[in-house]
Amino acid sequence: MNLSGELVLAAILVIPALGAGVLALVADDRKGAWLNVFISFLTFCCALALLLERPASGPFLIVDDLNAVFVIISTLVAFTTSVFSASYIAHELDTGHLTHAFLRFYHAMYQMLMFGMNLALLSNNIGLMWVAVELATLTTVVMVGIYRTPAALEAAWKYFLLGSVGIALALFGTILVYLAARAVVGEGLDAMAWDVLVANASGFDPAFLNLAFVFLLLGYGTKVGLVPLHAWLPDAHAEGPTPISAVLSGLLLNVALFAVLRFKSIMSANPAALAPGPLMVTLGLASVVFAALMLYRRQDIKRLFAYSSIEHMGIITFAFGMGGPLANFAGLLHMALHSLTKSAIFFCVGHIAQVKGTQRMADIRGLTVSHPTLGWSLGLGVLAIAGLPPMGLFMTEFLIITSTFARAPVLAIVLGVSLLIGLGALLLRLNGLAFGDPDGRSNPSKASYLPIGMHLALVFAAGIWLPPALVAWFQYVAALLS
Amino acid sequence: MITPLAFDVAHLFAGSLVLVSFMLLYQDRMTGLVNTFALHALVVSFSVAWQAYIQQAPHLYITAAIALGIKAIVIPVVLHRMIVRLGIHRTIEPVVGVGLTMLAGIGLIALSIMVMLPITAQAGTLAREDLAFALSVILLGLLMMISRRNAVSQVIGFMSIENGLILAATGAKGMPLVVEISVAFSILVALIVIGIFLFRIRERFETVDIHLLHEHRGEQP
Amino acid sequence: MMADLFVQFCEMLVVLGLAPLLAGYVRTLKARLVGRRGPPLLQPYRDLLRLIRKEVVLADSASWLFRAAPYIVFAATWVAAALVPTFATGLLFNYAADMIAIVALLASARFMLALAGLDVGTSFGGIGSSREMMIASLAEPAMVMVVFTLSLLAGSTQLSSIAAFMQGPGVGLRVSLAMALVALIMVAIAENARIPVDNPATHLELTMVHEAMIIEYSGRHLALIELASFVKLLLYISIIGCVFAPWGIAVAGQGLEAYLVGLAVYVVKLAVAGLLLALFETAIAKMRVFRYSDFLGSALMLGVLATLLLFVSRIA
Repeated sequence: MNLSGELVLAAILVIPALGAGVLALVADDRKGAWLNVFISFLTFCCALALLLERPASGPFLIVDDLNAVFVIISTLVAFTTSVFSASYIAHELDTGHLTHAFLRFYHAMYQMLMFGMNLALLSNNIGLMWVAVELATLTTVVMVGIYRTPAALEAAWKYFLLGSVGIALALFGTILVYLAARAVVGEGLDAMAWDVLVANASGFDPAFLNLAFVFLLLGYGTKVGLVPLHAWLPDAHAEGPTPISAVLSGLLLNVALFAVLRFKSIMSANPAALAPGPLMVTLGLASVVFAALMLYRRQDIKRLFAYSSIEHMGIITFAFGMGGPLANFAGLLHMALHSLTKSAIFFCVGHIAQVKGTQRMADIRGLTVSHPTLGWSLGLGVLAIAGLPPMGLFMTEFLIITSTFARAPVLAIVLGVSLLIGLGALLLRLNGLAFGDPDGRSNPSKASYLPIGMHLALVFAAGIWLPPALVAWFQYVAALLS
Repeated sequence: MITPLAFDVAHLFAGSLVLVSFMLLYQDRMTGLVNTFALHALVVSFSVAWQAYIQQAPHLYITAAIALGIKAIVIPVVLHRMIVRLGIHRTIEPVVGVGLTMLAGIGLIALSIMVMLPITAQAGTLAREDLAFALSVILLGLLMMISRRNAVSQVIGFMSIENGLILAATGAKGMPLVVEISVAFSILVALIVIGIFLFRIRERFETVDIHLLHEHRGEQP
Repeated sequence: MMADLFVQFCEMLVVLGLAPLLAGYVRTLKARLVGRRGPPLLQPYRDLLRLIRKEVVLADSASWLFRAAPYIVFAATWVAAALVPTFATGLLFNYAADMIAIVALLASARFMLALAGLDVGTSFGGIGSSREMMIASLAEPAMVMVVFTLSLLAGSTQLSSIAAFMQGPGVGLRVSLAMALVALIMVAIAENARIPVDNPATHLELTMVHEAMIIEYSGRHLALIELASFVKLLLYISIIGCVFAPWGIAVAGQGLEAYLVGLAVYVVKLAVAGLLLALFETAIAKMRVFRYSDFLGSALMLGVLATLLLFVSRIA
């Protein structure tokens, strides 16, 4: 359509890819860290430009209202995480957890991960998207193992194994979708393009689509961390560097969920095919119930919030599974707010683990006394993630439950009770972490509070007032999905 | 339209692939396992080459060559070296017995045939049998990853899954080049992963037995 | 009708006549392969004659079963062999019985032998019988799976129809057939007590199976059992030959020439099979008893796989 749109689109992909190359060459640690921030910021600006300029969809790339939301959230959190990462990594270097060579590798991988995620979100080709999601997953595998401690290696290995199971199932599903489309669209690239697939889905063989969707849901569901396939998630979050935990929870899970959504829309476009909703509702609800119960027994602070991520991914999957404009709207908003909140919490947790020198919750007490800013930020974040008013997540959870009540009261009650159980666990833990007498080791904190503050402010604001333009946009996308 | 002979040869290769997958499950020695995997890759490359020939899709020859060169030759040689250097050519300890694994394998094959056949009735005979066999190979690979607790066996299980995916992708006639890119890409990944993980695990634990890793879970108080 | 009967009669005589020769041939070949001169080719005939002339020595504890078993075993095996088209199809009995009947006849022969092994109450007989049953419990299902595969393909359980189908154009390259062949060979090795499952030439108590079962037999009883085991070996080779190398088998109604050609081809097939068997047995070592289940288990798996894969193949 217009040249500038194409340019913006290209920039979102090229900047991180080039950045990865450049960062691999930068020897100075501080320069590398700030260059990383700068590159992430540039990418974010380009993503914002998508609001103004929308390029026409090609055979490989597409920008529509759905993925624009994801891209903007993704690049925003990537930018703030890179700011956090700069201060976090400096401390890791001081304590000798990471060497210079590994740090260069880390920064290059960070941008590579961004590239993979942006490509997955923007691709108009189911094969390309598969490659991109795999690229993103494998980069995170390497990042999770970067500390090279036994626990980190175990986590990375587990992640790799379960991830590869996901790889296999998702690719098989992708091939099946292509075969279903080939009969209608004909051979070639068209049979793998989103827009073509959705437009022609009504003519596809429903049996093929059903089988394909089962594989895709299980395959990408592994990466979302839905419950029977979640085993990698807590380990990967707990053992990797905290910025990676933030990116994993805040972004990569969303990207995998986005893939499921794309395929869901193909399924919905075919009236004869299996309704994808019940499957997603089942997996989502199972995740919520399981994670809510598991929250009580956690002893490691990063694991605690990893299980909370499983819970929230379950909520979002549940919402999209229920379908309908309201639930979709709530699911979308919940996803955005969860990304912001969870990454803010991981920023806090990262600094806390650094100042206390441990991730064991039993050894962390009285943070509001010893490190007031960190402690209260964590408190706010936990209140937000637990779904207490007036934070934004309360509103979305409320919307999901009320919209479910009208259609399936039993499900709504189960969901509500699980959320309350999860809330209890989180508040219990928060009480131990934030209040009481501080003890144990305590270093002065050199945290950068900017990303934390910004995220929490956004979440807080969303709970009180949403800009009408944003609401209209999300409603439009939600209508597209249902 | 394909001739019966073309179909029979394709069927022969695909069926042999399932058989070799089964042999992978049955192996109880490291070297035997690696050699069987080389055979697996060899069969897959023949199968892909045959598909390239009957579909008149020359780009598939590249996939076949990659499978042959890297998976059937380079990776087995590297793995053999690694096994000798790490001194792990002892018996593999499976998590469950071989008999049970074989029974489960038969069940999985029956399952995949039952799932795929009715669905793919009108997808063309070639795609039909290729998909059923590919699903069997994938499921057998998963079974192998589950039933072995040794890092090398798990990597081999993963690569056999990839072979199954290649079979499925080439059976889907006219699938765009994306698949070939992704296949080459995943081979690269397999190499990286082997390199990084085995050496790191070795460096830390003097063994590649994943079972020993479980003691280091962060949950223990 | 009369012609069929005549052919059937000839076939039974040929089988009976050739079986000891085949055994002697394999023995001689094996001896030559390891550099010994070995017994003369006709030694099995002499052994049989010698045994028949000898007195029967019975254990005190032997019942009528022990005495009846050799006859039943021999009869069952011989009838089974009569059902296999060796040099000609269109045998009279062929219409009455099929591959499943062959399997059943062999199973009942084996059952009788195992009972006889237990009858006397010696530990050797008992061990032999129990091992034989262990082998049978895996070998028979494997055999049945092979039969399934073949009959699904050919649309019939009659060996003559299967042979006709295998000669026809509808066969093609089938992975199922290859698997069935391998499974059948493995079953044949186990059933005939050949290396690596059992060693027909040894009386080492730790490893023997077949010989342990019949250790109490003597005289004409032993002769019958020996002859039955020769016939069984011939029978399995004939099955493999008629299914997987069905060339040259005379079809009913053809002239005398066709039958003579069929006979000559059959003898050549036996010679080749005997050579392969001797080579195989010389090249491979006997496996431990605990590994039998692995060996036969893989035969069973192959059989099951062959059947399963058949469902995905081109409909013939």
